Amino acid sequence: MADLTTNCGGIVSPNPFWLASAPPANSGDQVMRAFDHGWGGAVWKTLGTPIQNVSSRFGGLHYKGTKAIGFNNIELITDRPIETNLKEIAEVKRRYPKHAVIVSLMVETRDEWQDLIKRSIDAGADGLELNFGCPHGMCERGMGSAVGQEPRINERITSWAVEFSTVPVLVKLTPNVSDIVPHGMAAQRGGAHGVSLINTIKSIIGVDIDRMVLEPRVRGLSTNGGYCGAAVKPIALHMTAGLARHPDFNIPISGIGGIASWRDAVEFLLLGASSVQVCTEVMLRGYRVVEDMIEGLSNYMDSHGMKTLDDIVGRAVPSYSEWGELDLNYETIARIDPETCIGCYDCVVACQDGAHQCIYPGDNGARVPRIDESECVGCNLCQIVCPVPGCIEMVEVENGYPPATWNQHVATGAALRPKKGAH
Amino acid sequence: MSTTLPHAPLPADRAEAAEAFEDYKPPLSPGHAVVEANRCLYCEDAPCTIACPTHIDIPTFIRKIATGNIRGSAKTIFSSNILGMSCARVCPVEVLCVGDCVYNHLDQPPIQIGKLQRYATDVAFAEGWRFFEAGAPTGRSVGLVGAGPASLACAHELRRLGHACTIYEKRDVVGGLNSTGVAPYKMRADRSLEEVEWVLGIGGIEVKTGVELGRDLSFEALEAQHDAVFLGFGLGPDSWLEAAGSELSGVEGAVEFIEGMKLGTPDVSEVRRAVVIGGGNTALDAVRELVRMGIASVTMVYRGTEERMSGYAHEWKAGKLEDVKALWQRQPVGFEGEGRVTGVRCVKLGQDRQPIAGSEEVVPADLVLLAIGQGKLGELVSGLDGVTVERGRVVVGPDGATGRPGVFAGGDCANGGKEVVNAVAEGKAAAQAIHRSLGGN
Ligand SMILES: Cc1cc2nc3c(=O)[nH]c(=O)nc-3n(C[C@H](O)[C@H](O)[C@H](O)COP(=O)(O)OP(=O)(O)OC[C@H]3O[C@@H](n4cnc5c(N)ncnc54)[C@H](O)[C@@H]3O)c2cc1C
Ligand SMILES: Cc1cc2nc3c(=O)[nH]c(=O)nc-3n(C[C@H](O)[C@H](O)[C@H](O)COP(=O)(O)O)c2cc1C
Ligand code: SF4
Ligand code: SF4
Ligand code: SF4
Repeated sequence: MADLTTNCGGIVSPNPFWLASAPPANSGDQVMRAFDHGWGGAVWKTLGTPIQNVSSRFGGLHYKGTKAIGFNNIELITDRPIETNLKEIAEVKRRYPKHAVIVSLMVETRDEWQDLIKRSIDAGADGLELNFGCPHGMCERGMGSAVGQEPRINERITSWAVEFSTVPVLVKLTPNVSDIVPHGMAAQRGGAHGVSLINTIKSIIGVDIDRMVLEPRVRGLSTNGGYCGAAVKPIALHMTAGLARHPDFNIPISGIGGIASWRDAVEFLLLGASSVQVCTEVMLRGYRVVEDMIEGLSNYMDSHGMKTLDDIVGRAVPSYSEWGELDLNYETIARIDPETCIGCYDCVVACQDGAHQCIYPGDNGARVPRIDESECVGCNLCQIVCPVPGCIEMVEVENGYPPATWNQHVATGAALRPKKGAH
Repeated sequence: MSTTLPHAPLPADRAEAAEAFEDYKPPLSPGHAVVEANRCLYCEDAPCTIACPTHIDIPTFIRKIATGNIRGSAKTIFSSNILGMSCARVCPVEVLCVGDCVYNHLDQPPIQIGKLQRYATDVAFAEGWRFFEAGAPTGRSVGLVGAGPASLACAHELRRLGHACTIYEKRDVVGGLNSTGVAPYKMRADRSLEEVEWVLGIGGIEVKTGVELGRDLSFEALEAQHDAVFLGFGLGPDSWLEAAGSELSGVEGAVEFIEGMKLGTPDVSEVRRAVVIGGGNTALDAVRELVRMGIASVTMVYRGTEERMSGYAHEWKAGKLEDVKALWQRQPVGFEGEGRVTGVRCVKLGQDRQPIAGSEEVVPADLVLLAIGQGKLGELVSGLDGVTVERGRVVVGPDGATGRPGVFAGGDCANGGKEVVNAVAEGKAAAQAIHRSLGGN
């Protein structure tokens, strides 16, 4: 059995699964129930001057009968009194000393930061998370993503927090920036012990087409909200890996965004996260999802001979390269397994209309499509649409050309194989 | 139900009585329909569409259900098959569209195409949507014989092309076997009449009921009154078993009995044991209907084996679950009883299909239905120049043309007895051929 003990920037927890700062970590009762289910840590719903929320607050992106593959919200930080939250944090820490409780904070002035940090640590916080990420409501008040989008302010406030804190400080970054690296670097310069990313993405989740009003609707109006849930994972992975592979960035990452299963978690770990946080999947399905997350991760590590999280964190980062470094002479083509093909022709129409016109209906009425291998560019589209697992395989073909990247081609004129499908 | 249609109204208690024949394939709820629609793989050149005799663009109508475009979905269905509402209920989908759904090759249930089709067409009927208008008048007229699915599909298509239509129907009731023959747990007579009304809503189709070709109307008169003729008179009465005692009361033709049951409420309160003779789809319908009428013991007597019965395996499987019994390889040789039948005398058949000597037995029965086939009506037109009738069927080309100019045929009278959906496909194809023969394109 792999050891899942986690250390993310000095914050230690029995496993890498933390509740993200959000409704599932809103109160002591909830966090204790989550710990009972197996969650290793929780980032408390952001503390600050309590706000007043609107109703409704959430919207879902539903696709083909699957509900909420994406999710958005227009709620703000905690609406509960600071004292109540702190009292419950102390209670949780007293009863669950081995679990990590990280307190998320968002205030304005230096004095406010100093005061709230002290009180959080007094309550027993194992770490702090600075919420520089909320993309709605708070940023208009000069907080949240307004801070996260401005590296100099980020660095200044981070350095205050580090100065006042006796526990590790994580900076939660906003994805609402064109390049995540300067923002991660700012947190690092400010002395942060790690970063958490991503917070939610600015979004409009949809429009009620009968009322002709944005969702979620607050009487006759709505506003842009923060997007999260399964659909945002690719964006979060990109930002996680973008920092992890940067040679000058060397503080830990707590990965967040669209994590719904152990597989998603493994991807974040492989791309450099040393803990993961989950919000939407818990909102939709409850704390109980963590059982499979822990078990799945553990089984995965066992089957790959990994003993501790050090064996997994960052393992896929070196594979993240530049386009110019990819081997242009590497060639694959699609191959259909006639035994398992069910003859739906989804690959035919996809290739004809959306790719390179090299898959054709089967000959003589046979329903297994025919691939013109001399034209197949190996794009993967057919494999992506094929409903039968394993039916279309992308096979490597030997073309006699030694590997050559674009950069090599430009620099040394390295020979490239003839283009396919470019006539 | 109809207010303007020239047909005898159904007895007042009929619609209610039909409720006893609960839907054997209950409808999908809107939520379930969307989930099922989303499972469809939206195949290209879809095998289900190829398998449907009317070639409904199934992936398209299903996708429209998934996106909430129910109106468009219904339009897609009706554009190919104007009787899409009844077909959704009565088609043996297991051997048509659903049977060819690609999911059969995966270890997953095929898409419930019939139920989705029913979902969209039911909404269309409930909302009163109409999709088609009559074409600009051509001044030509077509006479159609029989008001069953074949003629209705043909007439509707002819109206879209602008030709005037008159349908001559010998019964008081329109809709053909959809109204009088198809099992009520698939299609109730009142729904069939509602559908006819909806089809006739295109306007310009005159229906003359109580007019029988060959009795009230001669073929010559028909031909003289119209620029073209479509024959859609279906099949004839039940074939009769000439054996001792077949005149006893309680021995009836199955199709005739079913008609009585669909249009009225036959009294079966005295019937304890019913026997149906035959092994085709009419026999299978009859046994399942008798079970639903509350008859305690229902037995099918068939001269062939279970493996080789001509009725659909899926229907027989369902019948067995409903406790229908069967006697295989039995040949009825006579009926017992005085005045009313009390039993069927049967002899066992060997593998060579020959009677086994000394194997006679009497199967007790107080109702016996003969489901051994229906007569063919081809002789109605067999004497005409250019019209060929073979074993009772009117011989036609792929577009329904007989050898006689201006005379076309389709449905059961030409194909020898298939399904409603075939009659629709043939009627529609014939309409297009008639249009071409009248100089259209
Ligand atoms: C018991 C039974 C159950 C069936 N169940 C199903 C089923 O579940 N699903 C399915 O798809 N199919 C089923 N069928 C078959 C289906 O009903 C027929 O294939 C279909 O109705 C054929 O349509 P049609 O228009 O050719 O003929 P019909 O529906 O038979 O219509 C012919 C019409 O012509 C009229 N007519 C006849 N002679 C004359 C004349 N001389 N002058 C004027 N009018 C005349 C008749 O009264 C009738 O109204 C069943 C058939 C039977 C007998
Ligand atoms: C309803 C809701 C409220 C949230 N509130 C906060 C918050 O108070 N502080 C914070 O740092 N992040 C907040 N978030 C962002 C989440 O912590 C998390 O970063 C984001 O949802 C991405 O993770 P997910 O895809 O697992 O949901 C909130 C998200 C949601 C959906
Ligand atoms: S998509 Fe897959 S199953 Fe469908 S025809 Fe192509 S190879 Fe066969
Ligand atoms: S008409 Fe019948 S065969 Fe054709 S798609 Fe509909 S249910 Fe299937
Ligand atoms: S074959 Fe099945 S999956 Fe494919 S389009 Fe038809 S119903 Fe859909």
